[in-house]
Amino acid sequence: MGMPKMHNTPGGRVFDVVNFIFLGAIGLLMILPFLYVIAGSFATEAELTSRSFFIFPETFTLEAYQYIFSTDRFTRSILVSIGVTVVGTIVCLFFTFSMAYPLSRKHLLGRNFFMNMVVFSMLFSGGMIPTYIVVKSLGLLDSYWALILPIAINPFNLIIVKTFFQNIPIELEESAKVDGCTEFGIFWRIMLPLSKPVIATFALFYAVAIWNDFFSALLYISDSTKWPVQVLLQQIILLSQSTIGDTSAMGADYVAPPDQSLKLAVVVIATLPILIIYPFLQKHFAKGMLLGSVKG
Amino acid sequence: MAIFKSSSSQTELAVDAPPVKSGAASRKQFMQRLKRDKWLYLLLLPGLLYFLVFKYAPMWGIVIAFQDYSPFKGVFGSEWVGFEHFRDFFQNPDFTRLLRNTFILAVLDLVFFFPAPIILALLLNELRINLYKRTVQTLIYVPHFMSWVIIASITYIFFTTSGGVANEIVGHFYGKEINFLSSPDWFRPLIMGQIIWKETGWGTVIFLAALATVDQEQYEAAIVDGAGRFRRLWHVTLPAVRSTIIVLLILRLGNFLDTGFQQIFLMTNSLNRDVADVFDTYVYFVGITQGAFSYSTAVGLFKSVVGIILVLGANKLAKKMGQDGIF
Repeated sequence: MGMPKMHNTPGGRVFDVVNFIFLGAIGLLMILPFLYVIAGSFATEAELTSRSFFIFPETFTLEAYQYIFSTDRFTRSILVSIGVTVVGTIVCLFFTFSMAYPLSRKHLLGRNFFMNMVVFSMLFSGGMIPTYIVVKSLGLLDSYWALILPIAINPFNLIIVKTFFQNIPIELEESAKVDGCTEFGIFWRIMLPLSKPVIATFALFYAVAIWNDFFSALLYISDSTKWPVQVLLQQIILLSQSTIGDTSAMGADYVAPPDQSLKLAVVVIATLPILIIYPFLQKHFAKGMLLGSVKG
Repeated sequence: MAIFKSSSSQTELAVDAPPVKSGAASRKQFMQRLKRDKWLYLLLLPGLLYFLVFKYAPMWGIVIAFQDYSPFKGVFGSEWVGFEHFRDFFQNPDFTRLLRNTFILAVLDLVFFFPAPIILALLLNELRINLYKRTVQTLIYVPHFMSWVIIASITYIFFTTSGGVANEIVGHFYGKEINFLSSPDWFRPLIMGQIIWKETGWGTVIFLAALATVDQEQYEAAIVDGAGRFRRLWHVTLPAVRSTIIVLLILRLGNFLDTGFQQIFLMTNSLNRDVADVFDTYVYFVGITQGAFSYSTAVGLFKSVVGIILVLGANKLAKKMGQDGIF
């Protein structure tokens, strides 16, 4: 898009140059902190304390990462995060798509009621404590399921997927019915294959949401061996408790961890999966938004 | 917003004309339709259960706000106390403090954060080199996808007095370092800075989409009429995003009390607690850490009720102003 070519006054030209530089600076400002954290995680403790800001470390070292992967506590929490994200994404997709499809069928009795139920839950909620009590009474405290089930459906995503199903031409469905396909068969053999790009989009969204989720673990997981990366990160950096829950490290052969670079390395580990899938995300989020705004 | 709009218009369509028939016949037809759609109901079941268990059961659980809930006696066995917890809360000095903190943060948000994506989108729209524009866009969306823990961690890393980069720069120019992280005076600026840094870029998406719909001929016509750069911005570009701005403003007013729990929780410490506490974090500290379930549920309910009144009020306001409304 952009502007069509048009006459430009000298003042306009100055504005263009200033704007060009300003927006470039904004772009850098958004990304530089991440670059510094990544660079610092590969630097030595000495360099981190002597130099204030750098993007290329003088001496490249894997010390911090070696420490992280040599301790039980870090490796376990990374595995927890990965496991919960993978299983959680599948569960979320299952719940969202299986509910969105019936809601998109206009002939379904009670559809209006179910839709209102969804919309009302977006306006009003029981709140933190009653939800906590429900999760507790289901016996889900300190269970990995507590990190998945309470956020299994994002109502916004549900409505977008519903709208998508609604916009699939009805002829496809009718011809399948003529061929003797059940409603379930239509969903499974026609609708789902057609929605592959949409599934990919929401898989990314859910994966990011679950990986980034700190709130659920804070509320429902008190057993420190089950903490996902986000909670560990909070403990290490915000509460400065580098060795909490790691009593084995207190033994005779205790080696002090590389404190500064360790912190940076944990940030990198929590950030990296998002940065890796970011190009795919960027490709998809425009599509997701577009789908939502299409009126059926 | 478009999401809401489309959903409501479709749900209206879904209303089937009730069959005007004798009781027995319409019941038969009802059963037939249920039977015909049995697969659909089966598909609906998991999602329905989700909403019942994790959304509606907690709504029912709100009754503990009117009880002296004890986990051992449960919701059915606990004693009813009426509005006692609400009275306690309104008489507690915490109430005015929370209201004040929430209000100040919401106003700061409206003044400093709300216009930021609009300005950034307008500036991006003036860029003439498309590749450059796309590159900048790619960079500014990144922080949105990071968790609040990561944002807070990076803030700590940069602003700590023990070797934080930002603080070293401050020390260089100002002469001494400032304890940003635990100073009550710096809590609000930090919160604003974080939210501006994290969400401004992402916030431009919706405005850029609105700007993309502007008819290029309007610009050409404006040039013919002798309109300069600024006049074109004022008379052509801004009207194109005006309705988006109004809708977002109304949404924001509707969510006035919603200060981000995670962000504020993560930036709160014992030294800035006084200015940091907002309704959500208060519910957490009093409810989960101190175990005052009933009292904190009452606080949460107060916030939810005010919240829904604000949302519905804002929506009404939107309709009055000739906008579509949000739902």
